[in-house]
Amino acid sequence: MSEQSRQQANINRTVGKLCLMVVGMICFVAALVPLYDLFCEITGLNGKTGGPYTFDEAKATPDTSRLIRVNFLTNTNEGMVWKFWPEKGAVRVNPGAANTVSFFVKNTTDRVMVGQAIPSVVPGAAAEFFHKTECFCFEQQILQPGEEMEMPMRFIVGHELPKNIRSINLSYALFDVTESVTVAQINSASTVPAAGG
Amino acid sequence: MSEVIHADHHDDHDHGPEKGLLRWLYTTNHKDIGTLYLWFSFAMFLIGGVLALVIRAELFQPGLQFVEPEFFNQMTTNHGLIMVFGAIMPAFVGLANWLIPMQVGAPDMALPRMNNLSFWILPFAFGMMISTLFMEGGGPNFGWTFYAPLSTTYAPDSVTYFIFAVHLMGASSIMGSINIIATILNMRAPGMTLMKMPLFVWTWLITAYLLIAVMPVLAGAVTMMLFDIHFDTSFFNAAGGGDPVMFQHIFWFFGHPEVYIMILPAFGIVSHIIATFARKPLFGYSSMVYAVASIAFLSFIVWAHHMFTVGMPLAGQLFFMYSTMLIAVPTGVKVFNWIATMWRGSMTFETPMLFAIAFVVLFTMGGFSGLMLAITPVDYQYHDTYFVVAHFHYVLVPGALFSIIAAVYFWIPKWTGKMYNESLGKLHFWLSFIGVNITFFPQHFSGLAGMPRRIPDYALQFADFNMLSSIGAFIFGLSQLVFLYVLIHTIRSGKPAEGRAWEGAKGLEWTLPSPAPYHSFTHPPKVTDAEVQG
Amino acid sequence: MKKTILQFVSGIALTSLAFLAQADELNLRPGVTEISRAVYDLHMLIFGICVAIGIVVFGVLFWSVYAHRKSRGQEAAQFHHSTKLEIAWTIVPTIILVLMAIPSTQVLIAMYDTGGEDMTVEVRGYQWKWQYKYLDEDYNRTFSFFSNLATPRSQINNRQVKTDTYLLEVDRPLRIPANRKVRFLITAEDVIHAWWVPDFGIKRDAVPGVVNDLWTIVPEPGVYRGQCTELCGKDHGFMPIVVEVLPEAEFDAWYASQVSTEVVKAESFGETFTHEQLMAKGEEVYGTYCVACHLADGQGIPPAFPAIAGSAVALGPRDDHLRLVIDGVAGSAMQAFGKQLDPVELASVVHFQRHSFGNDAGDISQPADVVNLSGGQ
Repeated sequence: MSEQSRQQANINRTVGKLCLMVVGMICFVAALVPLYDLFCEITGLNGKTGGPYTFDEAKATPDTSRLIRVNFLTNTNEGMVWKFWPEKGAVRVNPGAANTVSFFVKNTTDRVMVGQAIPSVVPGAAAEFFHKTECFCFEQQILQPGEEMEMPMRFIVGHELPKNIRSINLSYALFDVTESVTVAQINSASTVPAAGG
Repeated sequence: MSEVIHADHHDDHDHGPEKGLLRWLYTTNHKDIGTLYLWFSFAMFLIGGVLALVIRAELFQPGLQFVEPEFFNQMTTNHGLIMVFGAIMPAFVGLANWLIPMQVGAPDMALPRMNNLSFWILPFAFGMMISTLFMEGGGPNFGWTFYAPLSTTYAPDSVTYFIFAVHLMGASSIMGSINIIATILNMRAPGMTLMKMPLFVWTWLITAYLLIAVMPVLAGAVTMMLFDIHFDTSFFNAAGGGDPVMFQHIFWFFGHPEVYIMILPAFGIVSHIIATFARKPLFGYSSMVYAVASIAFLSFIVWAHHMFTVGMPLAGQLFFMYSTMLIAVPTGVKVFNWIATMWRGSMTFETPMLFAIAFVVLFTMGGFSGLMLAITPVDYQYHDTYFVVAHFHYVLVPGALFSIIAAVYFWIPKWTGKMYNESLGKLHFWLSFIGVNITFFPQHFSGLAGMPRRIPDYALQFADFNMLSSIGAFIFGLSQLVFLYVLIHTIRSGKPAEGRAWEGAKGLEWTLPSPAPYHSFTHPPKVTDAEVQG
Repeated sequence: MKKTILQFVSGIALTSLAFLAQADELNLRPGVTEISRAVYDLHMLIFGICVAIGIVVFGVLFWSVYAHRKSRGQEAAQFHHSTKLEIAWTIVPTIILVLMAIPSTQVLIAMYDTGGEDMTVEVRGYQWKWQYKYLDEDYNRTFSFFSNLATPRSQINNRQVKTDTYLLEVDRPLRIPANRKVRFLITAEDVIHAWWVPDFGIKRDAVPGVVNDLWTIVPEPGVYRGQCTELCGKDHGFMPIVVEVLPEAEFDAWYASQVSTEVVKAESFGETFTHEQLMAKGEEVYGTYCVACHLADGQGIPPAFPAIAGSAVALGPRDDHLRLVIDGVAGSAMQAFGKQLDPVELASVVHFQRHSFGNDAGDISQPADVVNLSGGQ
């Protein structure tokens, strides 16, 4: 094997390895999206809360020594024209006790629309201790023109909530998802399971 | 692939370049391609500079005088994109093309045809990007960081062209990097071990790995944008369950290593120049190599320091603050090494040395403001103000750009066989040095006083500093025409240069005659201790 | 040659020094809250350390440039490393960094304190204005308003002398009480904005779909100004923040009055207005909300911002026009103004648009029509 062709073989091998590295990085980017979601779930980054929480209320042990203020924010996002408001602006609750608050939506348009509420908790560190046993955010809402709906939300603040957190803000952003729901689904039911949870 | 080299091998015996313009289109010669890259980047530098002067003209006084806010945003965006991807990066690739084969004793780059392709992609990429400025609805106007959703849902229609332009630049950079790594790892002359390589080669080796690692990330980010815009996905769209903050994480995972891509080769250049004009061996060669490697490693774990205000958990803020502060250690080592190289040398101050010393001083100042920005609680006050603008211009203009200019003055005798005019070179240096400081130093003050970046008009208390800054920008901008004149003057009527153009110069390239023959080191040179750095 | 350069440099240096002495704002402002002062002290500490290191490093460098030059007959030494020295200048900076990290961490932890607030305000960024919503435990007492740039276009276009608060003034400032802990929940409607009041030492990005929180306790009543600090499109430079800190009693009185005016305002939605009343009110609303995109002559900046003059919408059916303004156009820069303006403002601005810029629809829009269209209240 001549010096020249040995060098060429080495170059080809290096280029092959580097191309693999490029492919590897492309795979890494593709994996970033699920990795980021996982990361947010673990750290409570962005205040994303979990799905339905099962809780036996007979065994509830409220911690009366602590009173946590929970603020409710309701917003309709851009392009969503429904009215959306909570029954109360804030409540004070004991950790470990179950609480119910009602939210209201009203379709002010002259067409059938589908809405989806996305919850978010601030501070993010509180997200994993904020449990919802019942929430309208677990499904999508279908409202007829002019229809108004009351939606109860039942939640428990976990005992493990860090001591330095004295208030929690729960915000709901309501999105218009009419386009992503089929006509058949709209006709058959008043709610459809949410895509996320 | 092997045919490429063989074909090349057959016709590389002692004949010069072909005649005519087609030479430049078809060339696979590393020197020709280096020249193309350098002139291309200089053209982009002038275009990006004109955009900067539009910005500074508008900011000369409060109120709207020359341009509308919409157009102003297009100017800031394209200034950033053109300078980063069109001026600084191609200039370093051009220097790599010219110098790396000569410095390691190789006849050419490992993949000469791909080399041609990776250059000729660039004019199309930038032609496409700049043409968007003349389209209906205007060009990119969302900042060079193109944060979603401003760059997706709210972007002008031309954003698709911008995305393809970024894809093309990315492809060009990746091909260029593969070529550089393949050359360095396989084509060194016998005796040129890794720890004897010139520092410019070392810094480029590490830079090329960074490029290969992060350019796919950038391509991924813009591809997701493309899907959000045209295929109704919701990667970054909150309404569809996406997250705009994720865009920033992905962007800065690319963006922070990118910052070092623009400065590591500069470290190599400055090390050569300072050692040459101090007539002393470089101090701490191996610690220089380790410092560059650790800076490159750290660049992957500090990205979120660009996003301290997006609302991360406390633990995240602390982690990114500490890791960012850590970068000061290897960077400090480099600065100390340069000063120790100068210490008890026998220094002369030709133009390349002046630019190199200015680099050390002003880059260090950019480093200090960088350290201040790393401190999270104070960063809340600095973030997205002119203090940040001052910081990154200090590391990029008297940092990266000055090192490129220094390299041109340093190696131009080798490239052209002619010496530049020293008085004109010094004039260029002093005008640039003064201009750069008048432009960017006052921006520290307007930033601390609270002026946000990327605004076309500002409150009255910022007026004095902005006026000063605009004056400096015009001095700096016009003084680059002196540079253009020096270059043309050198090529047309410079005095002949010797093979070893500088008294203290070491390295294989200086063993060649000036100008370097069209085909150099067709037979591997003998590497002697006198010519290596380690 | 050298002498002239020297004279030139020293001339520039002297003029800029004189210039600096005149300017009163050369440094970060200490601000008015405990946090902002802690941040200022930290800033000065880090800055001081940097200056000290800078003096030593640049001192050695310039001494070397001065003394070790060939023109002074200096022979080059040939040393090229010193393990002791290299270890020293790795360890010493590390120690300095650790010393800097300690106070930085303390200040950051203090900023991350949560809870114990006396009131909560939601801050929502829009292109290109802020909305402030006072969240009350009793939802009926919750109210909100928009805060728009108040600087007239004539000052921006240099046709009128600029006042001291140029670009830092709004039509309705955020009002908060002194000495109470106020929590801000920061979010955005459309793109990313950032809410910053330098005197409070707080800044946070307003990200659509994400809620961030900040808090402050301001001891001193006064007016504090800031700006949006994240590029958010065309008028990013024109959406200032003004916070008016009131003494506690004064704030409580204002708060109560706001709650009751909301009720009074709702009653006026049944009134009917004349063409002249609607045109006058409409011109005012247009000047605040529409003019940035559709311009003073209604010509817009097509294609992103269509013209109103002669448009099919402004000359078509009235209810379609009202509907467009109330609901906005999804995926475009046209916002849903039904969330930002009350029925009187909506009716009048639509009426104004239909009878200006050469348009003459010849109909009338009343607040009641708006209320009907949006499905009653």
